[in-house]
Amino acid sequence: MSDIFTTAVMVAVVASAIRLAVPLLLASLGETFGQRSGVLNLGVDGIMLLGAFTGYYTVLKSGNVWMGLLAGAIVGLILGLASAVIAVTLQAEQGISGIGIYLFGLGMSDLLFQKLVGTPIPIDTFPAIHIPVLSEIPYIGEMFFQHSLVIYLAFAAIPVATFVINRTTFGMKIRAVGEYPDAADTLGVSVSGVRYATEIIGGTLAGIAGAVLALTLGIFQQNLTNGAGFIAVALVYFGAWRPTGIMLGALLFGFVNALVLELKTLEIIPRDLSNLAAMAPAIITILALVFVARRFRAPSALTKPFTRGK
Amino acid sequence: MSIHLSPRNRRLLAYSIPVLAVFAALLFGAVMLLLLGANPFKGYAEMFVGAFGSGDALIATILKATPLLFVGVGIVIAFRANVINIGAEGQMVLGGLFSTMAALYLPEMHPIIMIPLVLLAGIVGGALWGWIPGMLKAYYRVNEILSTIMLNIVAVQLMAYLLRGPLIDPAEIERGTRIPQTARLAASADLPILFGDRLHIGPVLAVLCAIGAYYLLWRTPLGFRLRAVGLSEHAARYAGIPVRRTIALALTMSGAMAGLAGAVLVFGSESHRMVTDGSTMGFTGGAGFNGIVAALLGGLHPLWTIPASFLFGGLIVGGQALQRAVQVPSALIVALNGLVVVFVVAADRYRVRLLAVDEHEAAAAGTEDGETVTMGAARDAAPPGTDSYGQDEFDGGGEQ
Repeated sequence: MSDIFTTAVMVAVVASAIRLAVPLLLASLGETFGQRSGVLNLGVDGIMLLGAFTGYYTVLKSGNVWMGLLAGAIVGLILGLASAVIAVTLQAEQGISGIGIYLFGLGMSDLLFQKLVGTPIPIDTFPAIHIPVLSEIPYIGEMFFQHSLVIYLAFAAIPVATFVINRTTFGMKIRAVGEYPDAADTLGVSVSGVRYATEIIGGTLAGIAGAVLALTLGIFQQNLTNGAGFIAVALVYFGAWRPTGIMLGALLFGFVNALVLELKTLEIIPRDLSNLAAMAPAIITILALVFVARRFRAPSALTKPFTRGK
Repeated sequence: MSIHLSPRNRRLLAYSIPVLAVFAALLFGAVMLLLLGANPFKGYAEMFVGAFGSGDALIATILKATPLLFVGVGIVIAFRANVINIGAEGQMVLGGLFSTMAALYLPEMHPIIMIPLVLLAGIVGGALWGWIPGMLKAYYRVNEILSTIMLNIVAVQLMAYLLRGPLIDPAEIERGTRIPQTARLAASADLPILFGDRLHIGPVLAVLCAIGAYYLLWRTPLGFRLRAVGLSEHAARYAGIPVRRTIALALTMSGAMAGLAGAVLVFGSESHRMVTDGSTMGFTGGAGFNGIVAALLGGLHPLWTIPASFLFGGLIVGGQALQRAVQVPSALIVALNGLVVVFVVAADRYRVRLLAVDEHEAAAAGTEDGETVTMGAARDAAPPGTDSYGQDEFDGGGEQ
C-alpha cells in the first residue's frame, strides 16, 4: 500500500517539477541571449513580477489566458527596452542598476495589484492537453504528457535558442559582441544594436515567464516570484551559457522545489523547518557556481560597457 | 563633449549629478502620484517636512541614515578594490543575528563590556557573510554578484527560522501569537541615548567608521593595496601585492561594516528586540541596497558618504511621510526607491566622465592628488582580450 503511495507521490513530484521549471527556463533562456552579448540583466525578477501581474490582470478582465500571456510579453518587451537604455546607452553598472529594476518591479507590481485588484481572486489557468496515446502510458503519461501547451512550447524553445545562438548570423553577432566587441565593431556589427536586441528578447521572455507563473498558479500576490528571477540569472551560469545546460538546471530546481513542496504537504518536513528547506535552491546555486566557475568561462565582455575606440 | 566649462564649474556639475539624478527619479515619481490620483506637490511638500521639517523629523532622518552610512562605507571599501558587494542585506541580517545571540546567551555584564561585545558579535556575523563570497571570488572565481544575492536569500530564511523557532520570545509562544521576534534583549546592551529619547550613539559610530575608512584607504599600506588591486589587478600582482587575499579581505571588511549596521539596528531599536516580518527586507528596510546608492551619491568617497547617507535617509523618512499624507500604498515607496537606484547608477558614468576631464587637466598642471574611481575601474583600464593572466587569470569586477 505504502509502495503505491510513494510511486504516486513521485509521479506527481516529477510532473510538478516540470511545471515549476518552466518559468525559470523561459527567464533563463532570455537572460542567456543578453549575457552572451555581454549584458548582465539582474532585473529579471522585477520584470517577471510585472509580467506576472499584467498577465494575471488581463486574464481577470478578459478571461483569456493567451491574452494574458501576450500582455506579459508586451510589458516584458518594454522593460527589456528600458534595461537596454540603462545598461547599453547610459552604461550603468549592471550589478546595481538591475537591483533598481528589481525594486521597481517589486513595488510597482504590488502597488498595481493593491490599486486595481485588492483581494486575491483566482483566475483561469492554462488548460492541460492530454497528448493522445502517450498520455495513456502509466506513470510516464502523467509525468510528461498531461501538461498545458505553454509547457511544451517552453521546452520546444530550447533547440530554437540553441539554433539561433550557434547557427544563425544573428547568433554569431551576439557571440562576437559578447566576446570581443571591438573586433565586431570593426567589422561593422553594431554592438549597441545587437545588445538592444538581446535585452529586448530577454525582457520579453522574462515577462512571459512571469505571466506563465501567475497563469499556472492562477493567482497573484506580493512578491509572487519569491526570488525566482535571481535564480534564473544564476541558472545561466549554472548552464554554462548553453540552452541545454540551462534546461538541466531549471529541471533540477523545479525538482527541488516540487520535492520541498511535497514534503511540506506530507508534513515530512515540519513547518518549523520549512524556512531551512527554502534555503536549498540558494545553497545549491552557490555550490553549482563553484563547480561551473572552475570549468567554464563567462563571455569575455560580460558586464563591460562598450565605448568605441577605447 | 563640446560644451566648455571651467574646471571649477565642471567639478561642481560632476558633484551635483547624483543629486540631479535623484530629482529626476522624483519627477518620475510625481507622474506616478498623478496617475494614482494624488497631488504630487502636496506629496513632496509633506516629504520634505517629514524628513527635515522638525527636530523629531531630523532625528528620524539621522537614525534612518545610520545603517545606510555603515553599509555605504563598506560598499566604498569593496568598490575601491573593484568588488561589487550586493550582499549587505544578508550581512546585516547575520550581524543582527550574531549580536542578538550574544545578548541572549552572554551573562549579564556592565554596559561598558556588554555593548562592545554585542557590536563585535555583529561585526563577526557580517564579516563571515562577506568572507564567504570574498573567498569564493578570490580562490574559486565565483561571481560575487550572484553569490551575494544567493547568500541574501539564505540569510533571510535563516533569520525567519531562528526568530520563529530557537530565538523566539517565550511570551509569544505562551500567548500563541507567535510573532517572529526575540524577547526584550539585555538592557545592559542598549545603545546609550545621546539626546531626547531616541537618538543613540549609532550615528556617531557610523561617522567614526567613515573617518576610519578614509584613514584606512589613504593612510595605511592595506588601503594602498586595496586601491591598487581596484585600479589594476595586473599591476598590483606585478608589484607583489597578494591580490586574492586582498579581494577576500575587501569583501570581508565590507561585510563587517554591514554586520555592524545590523547590530546597531537591533540595539538601537525602540523595542530592543530583533524582529522580522518574514519578508526579504523586513529587518533591514532595504538598507543593504540603499547603502550602495548612498555610497554612489557620495562619489564612492567615505567622507562624502556621510552627507549622502543623511540625504538618502531623509528621502526614506520623507517617503513614508508622503505615503501617509496622500494615502497611497507603501509599495509606491519600494517602486520609487528602485527608480532612485536606477537613475543614480545610470548617471554615475557622467559624473566620472566630467571628473576625468578635470583630472586630466589638473594632472597636466601637477596640482591634483586625488583620484576618481568608477565602478569597474580595472575593467575599463584593460582592453578586452588582453587580460590573459595565465593561470592566475580571473576577470575583474562582475564576472566569474
